Amino acid sequence: MIVEILSKVHARGLVDWARDKPQVVVLSADLTGSTEISEFREAYPDRFFSMGIAEQNMVSFAAGLAREGYVPMIHTFAVFIYRQALNQLVSSVAYSNLPVKFFGFLPGITTPGGATHQAIEDVAVLRAIPNMTIFETGDATDVETVLDPVLADPGPVYVRMLRGEVPRLFPRDEPFIPGRSRRLRTGTDLTLLTAGICTEEALRATAVLGARGLSVEHLHVSTHKPFDDPAILEALTKPRFGVITMENHTIVGGLGSAVAELMAERGIPRRLRRIGLRDTFAHGGSRPYLMREYGLDARALVQSVEQMVGRSLEVAESELQAVRIEPVHSLAKAEAL
Amino acid sequence: MLANSEAAEPTWVSRVRETAAAIRRRVLEHTIANDGGYLSQACSAGEILSTLYLRTMRLGPSLASPIPPLFSSVPHRGAPTHTGGAFHGVAAPELDRFFLSPAHYALVLYTALIEVGRMAPAGLAQFNKDGSTVEMIGAEHSPGFEMMGGALAQTLSQAAGIALARQRRGDAGRVFVFLSDGELQEGQTWEAFQAMAFYGLDRMVVYVDVNGHQCDGRTDEVMRIEPIEARIESFGCRAVTVDGHDPVAIDAPTRNPVAGPPLVVLCRTDPCRGIPLLESRRPRFHYLRFTSAAEREAFRTFYAASMAKGAR
Repeated sequence: MIVEILSKVHARGLVDWARDKPQVVVLSADLTGSTEISEFREAYPDRFFSMGIAEQNMVSFAAGLAREGYVPMIHTFAVFIYRQALNQLVSSVAYSNLPVKFFGFLPGITTPGGATHQAIEDVAVLRAIPNMTIFETGDATDVETVLDPVLADPGPVYVRMLRGEVPRLFPRDEPFIPGRSRRLRTGTDLTLLTAGICTEEALRATAVLGARGLSVEHLHVSTHKPFDDPAILEALTKPRFGVITMENHTIVGGLGSAVAELMAERGIPRRLRRIGLRDTFAHGGSRPYLMREYGLDARALVQSVEQMVGRSLEVAESELQAVRIEPVHSLAKAEAL
Repeated sequence: MLANSEAAEPTWVSRVRETAAAIRRRVLEHTIANDGGYLSQACSAGEILSTLYLRTMRLGPSLASPIPPLFSSVPHRGAPTHTGGAFHGVAAPELDRFFLSPAHYALVLYTALIEVGRMAPAGLAQFNKDGSTVEMIGAEHSPGFEMMGGALAQTLSQAAGIALARQRRGDAGRVFVFLSDGELQEGQTWEAFQAMAFYGLDRMVVYVDVNGHQCDGRTDEVMRIEPIEARIESFGCRAVTVDGHDPVAIDAPTRNPVAGPPLVVLCRTDPCRGIPLLESRRPRFHYLRFTSAAEREAFRTFYAASMAKGAR
């Protein structure tokens, strides 16, 4: 799998996109470089607000700006939004359905920053809050094109963002569409639903699975809430063996749970396997190490498939294409986190 | 009938005093009728709210129906949001905005709206009734409210966001916030003061009801917040301490606005003011529920006497 790797996609995209949108303001809690908004600050200093390391005030403050007609875009690490300022997100923003947009960085195990920095239950927590819309980006095209849907949504939106070096998996001219998954492969033996960085990881295995004669339906899910994509429902009813979900998140309350709820409510009699963090915290380490250690990688997917179809597929490690190694220190990131 | 010093008072001061007394009487009446209520907050905040509404703030006439509308729905996609801000009139560049933060003061705020002519007395009959917007803990659809302040501390930050937006537009109007002293224990309050000072929100005025009491009892025994004035000053805001039952003193700090740091007016108040019977309940009268029929009768007798006096 040869993919183009892009650097600081959001940093450049946001500046261009926001040029003709004076209502858009950006709020930062001392993570300006780390959330790729330094360029925005330089381009539009009067629309950039430094709020200090004070997320609770930042979220409520943003609600006040939103009440006066601005569209505040909060940028910080995801954990500092939904863990540090959850009550503010609920009572100041979500209840009133205000257009405050939350850009949460470092989803799941995408950071060596350890358990305090890894947002492993953000989708679960925020999915339970009325009025929230939840998006997740999985590649450079998602990152570039999620901004229009974020702005078009009249209420609060939370986006699981990618930063630094991001692969382009999807064509540039096929933008992020809210509520619509991307069909990456069509098949009838298994349905595979992946989100975020798990899509890139799953792509390492799906070609091999195909070569073993398995017909896989693979959808990339980028809207966690509302979870009403008709293509997902259709894909859940198709497979001979069952459904596998794969998420960079705990298996409690995220994509796997949403799929389970849908299958149960619609009476879809298929087996379901959920790949994700198995109700555990992670710790600090590289992405490939953590994905292997916690069973989020292509190998874990192959094992799940084998269990579901009831036979060994004899897949060698070398067949799962080389993992992209990200340097811990790189020009694409402000610090090693 | 009036002493000389009282006779010399400007008319507005007399009106504030009468309004504060009327707020206490009505909250007391409600508390007796409902066998419970946030009475001590009416005692401490009566003059603050009356002064703000009648003298200090520039608000347009109420746009709301004098009888509050029934609850329609929570905000959601496709549902227009109705806030209780309509009771404070139109949001115009030259006019002030007012946000009361401690949402459990709702009974006091509704009563204040009645006594200053922004809500019909009959509206209070809907208090805490199913399907009503006149909720026990004020929500954004409740009369006089525009936000969900029930968690405490969040209204100040939201008001600061509004003040920054208004500053950018060049609005002449100010943003007033009413805060309870218990909220000074919340970290977010200090984050907000810090941000207000950092962004030079000099059109913001915060009135704090420093009644020294909270749910568990005396504030200095629950979690010390003193020295409040020094703490606020050290966060970059301007702090002024006044007698929270003296209308002239309450109004004075905002009479001639000066450019400078955001202003915080610390109103030292007495949570038994005007209802000395409450003294017996010190220090826990955050929410007054009568402990016996005899106690309720004593308050009823006091109320009857105060009515006779108030009507004189």
